[in-house]
Amino acid sequence: MTKVISMKAAVIIQRWYRQYAARMEMRRRYTWNIFQSMEYADLQDQIKLYNFLGYLMDNFTPSSSERNLISHIFRENEVCRDAEWERYFNYTKIDVPDIYSGPRLTFPLDMVQAADLVEAFRNKQQLHSRYVLQLLLETWKLLRGLPNINRVSTCHSKEITVCGDLHGQLEDLLLIFYKNGMPSMEKPYVFNGDYVDRGKDSIEILLILFAFLLVYPGDVYLNRGNHEDHIINLRYGFTKEVLGKYKLHGKRILKLLQKIFSWLPLVTVIDHRVLIVHGGISDTTELALIARVDRHKYVSAMKPPKKKTPSRSSLHAASEHYNEMITCKNRTGSVTFPKPFAARDSFQRRSLQDFSRTVARTVEEELEVRRRQAQFSMSSFSQSHHILGSAPSCESESDSSEVFDTSDDDWKQILDLLWSDPMSQDGCVPNEVRGGGCYWGPDVTEDFLNRHNLQLIIRSHECKQDGYEFCHNRKVLTLFSASNYYEIGSNRGAFVRLGPDLVPYFVQYQATSMIRGLSFPQIVKRTEHTALKVLREQLFVHKSDLLSAFQELDKENTGLICLSDWASAIERVLHLDLPWRVLQPQLVSSTTDGMLDYHGWFRDLALKNHSSEHIEQSMLETLYKHRSTLETIFRIVDTDNSGLISFEDFRQTLKLLSAYLKMEISDEVINELVISTDTNNDGSIDIDEFMEAFRLVDKSRLERGKSPFKFKQEYQRLPQEEETSQTAASTGPQISQGPPSQTAGSLGTHTENCSSSQTEDLCDISVVVPPQ
Amino acid sequence: MADKYNAETIITETQKRICNAFDVFDHESNKTVDVREIGTIIRSLGCFPSEAELHDVIAELEDEEPTGFVRYEKFLPTMTKILLERKFRPIPEDLLLQAFEVLDQQKKGHLEPVELTKYLTQEGEPFTQEEIDEMLSAAVDPDKNVILYKDFVSMMTLYDG
Repeated sequence: MTKVISMKAAVIIQRWYRQYAARMEMRRRYTWNIFQSMEYADLQDQIKLYNFLGYLMDNFTPSSSERNLISHIFRENEVCRDAEWERYFNYTKIDVPDIYSGPRLTFPLDMVQAADLVEAFRNKQQLHSRYVLQLLLETWKLLRGLPNINRVSTCHSKEITVCGDLHGQLEDLLLIFYKNGMPSMEKPYVFNGDYVDRGKDSIEILLILFAFLLVYPGDVYLNRGNHEDHIINLRYGFTKEVLGKYKLHGKRILKLLQKIFSWLPLVTVIDHRVLIVHGGISDTTELALIARVDRHKYVSAMKPPKKKTPSRSSLHAASEHYNEMITCKNRTGSVTFPKPFAARDSFQRRSLQDFSRTVARTVEEELEVRRRQAQFSMSSFSQSHHILGSAPSCESESDSSEVFDTSDDDWKQILDLLWSDPMSQDGCVPNEVRGGGCYWGPDVTEDFLNRHNLQLIIRSHECKQDGYEFCHNRKVLTLFSASNYYEIGSNRGAFVRLGPDLVPYFVQYQATSMIRGLSFPQIVKRTEHTALKVLREQLFVHKSDLLSAFQELDKENTGLICLSDWASAIERVLHLDLPWRVLQPQLVSSTTDGMLDYHGWFRDLALKNHSSEHIEQSMLETLYKHRSTLETIFRIVDTDNSGLISFEDFRQTLKLLSAYLKMEISDEVINELVISTDTNNDGSIDIDEFMEAFRLVDKSRLERGKSPFKFKQEYQRLPQEEETSQTAASTGPQISQGPPSQTAGSLGTHTENCSSSQTEDLCDISVVVPPQ
Repeated sequence: MADKYNAETIITETQKRICNAFDVFDHESNKTVDVREIGTIIRSLGCFPSEAELHDVIAELEDEEPTGFVRYEKFLPTMTKILLERKFRPIPEDLLLQAFEVLDQQKKGHLEPVELTKYLTQEGEPFTQEEIDEMLSAAVDPDKNVILYKDFVSMMTLYDG
């Protein structure tokens, strides 16, 4: 073989390979875009929920049955009278059976116990609720003494490690500890919020972080994220996870966590130079103000504190104050709802007080309230204060006397810190995608850094494909530590180390237990497969609208449209900023002469979605679109967290939602929906079973604690899957157990691919229940 | 029904494809992409330029003072011309297989990673370390530790998207 020939051969191979690599890269990129736009759609769902609740507040004229449901929705039936606090969180009466083989903690904790805890969780053990409660109580005590702003220094040549969102993905935390070492006096850590929700091991992550916080209070710093919020947790899976893992004491644990979340510090500052905050800033962010807020009063983004009313007389004010105390005492939560946005303030300040005036109290309740009011004189705040304050754990009640001092400014400051996102344009606008916080531009960053004499903002809150990303002239760093966040292979996670020179050193990683043995193209294909499934679901859900759009373009009713029209119609209907023409080959399987038979295309989509045939199409679609709202309402209504709601509440919820959506829903349809669920005969409906039968939720994902709104996965034989693949896939439930082998080759210069423990189990395999 | 395949429609369709592909890499949604992604975009639209040809195109696209970014207004006409003139045609698949066979002098039916690496990083338009690493991760059979090039060619030539 001559040199010329070998060179020609090389050129051909190189040219072809580069073309192939470009195609893969394009697919990887648009898969990412799909996930991001799905997340955007999911956030819109959240807004829908808020709007729905707002609608309920504004618009319903209650018949007696509806009123019960609605007040049911808005009241939290929690036990919380003063004397019962101590009893409520008392762990000492909880016995630990001999058979329990998990860690038995003794306090004060030490490093060995913390490490053992990590090891126990790595081995899939669960910490007994007694120790959970004890650990949480100790954590709470410590957090209450912390300032709003953590201050850290890199003196003594210590490098500080900063981690971003973990979202219940224990494997990633273990990977970080494996690569970087566990927290210690020589190895300080800052964790930047969003420890919980979506992933299946949120509680374990919290327990680990809190344990290290207790052992090394001077070297472990925790910031609050927007997911450290019990109402958000209701929707995104943490509440469900805890209740599932701790059936007896889960509610107590959640209650305690509610307090703990509100006591988490808001930001961390390193060397007076680097600000670490979960979301970001706004043009009004002022650290001096942040330092002074009473952060623990901001329990949830959905619960702004009551407005100050300075104009009232002291008498009236006092009775207002007393109402507030009563409210706290009875633990009637105030669920508040943002206005649908036209205006600048996205979160409208409504409280249950407003609402409860619309809902007439029962006569007995009225009498009770008046009796109590009569009992206390207006000047005996301290007396009532004392009563409430006597319960050792009852902090928030005693703070209710300060409710007058809360201001809208404080509220906005905190929202901005936890919810904002950077944008590339100058300026600062409300963040309408998330419904809270703002979008802030490079000029705001510049101004903020100058005012506070800082040089860098490290934040998290947004998933980045490579685990981290700079913006605003490298003055803002987004750091995300949950790898494979959307799907296996969707993104890397990263953490950063800062030494005294404050030059960031990044480590990227990807939890690889699922992609062991897969090559890079295989990973891309798998991830793309899932993204496309989700996309097809979305198309299916919008069938009626799409059909109308297609028929508009097919004036002669041939049943055919050209591909260009197909793409335009989808763009108009779906409002998802996706490259439809690039995706076309994946979404449209066959055309004749460049024309698509769209009815046939919908049939294909339906088959792939195994939809229930019985229920009317548009009904199914609409409810499917709003399924997360539906499920969240169910869970709010299910106040004792039993997983069951009454048939009547179920019916009422559906009717209210359909009224809001201006959609007809007859009793027959509701009955059909109920029948397809396996209900107990006592007139209650199992929420999980309903959502499952409604084909909305992948049950095995639920069991593993993942959020209901997530991407279904089915292990089917992937198209063009290689025979040599180690993770041979076939239809139906499948166990994937490759031998521990080398991970995929380098995905880039910084990547350190390392696999976590080999005890990995059977991960993301779904069992698809065939239609009844 | 009007004839859907007149020249104007073809051009419009082509341009929409170009626009979609461009948007995938337009991270800031401001109609610019990093110049380093141009090669990927052009290739993903079905073209097979050599590295040299690619450099020429990029040189044409960059402004007098290269900012590192390419604007869509400049990219669109250039790319439209490329596609309509069918520049950078695909290499026939059997030629790709032949290329491997030629390198496999002993007719083993497979290639050693070492030998393929040598050819691809030293001859023609050499691969970077990153490129060869990525290729090997996709091409090397993990059990036998060789490149079964017939399978590899099938994988690369399969247009599943």
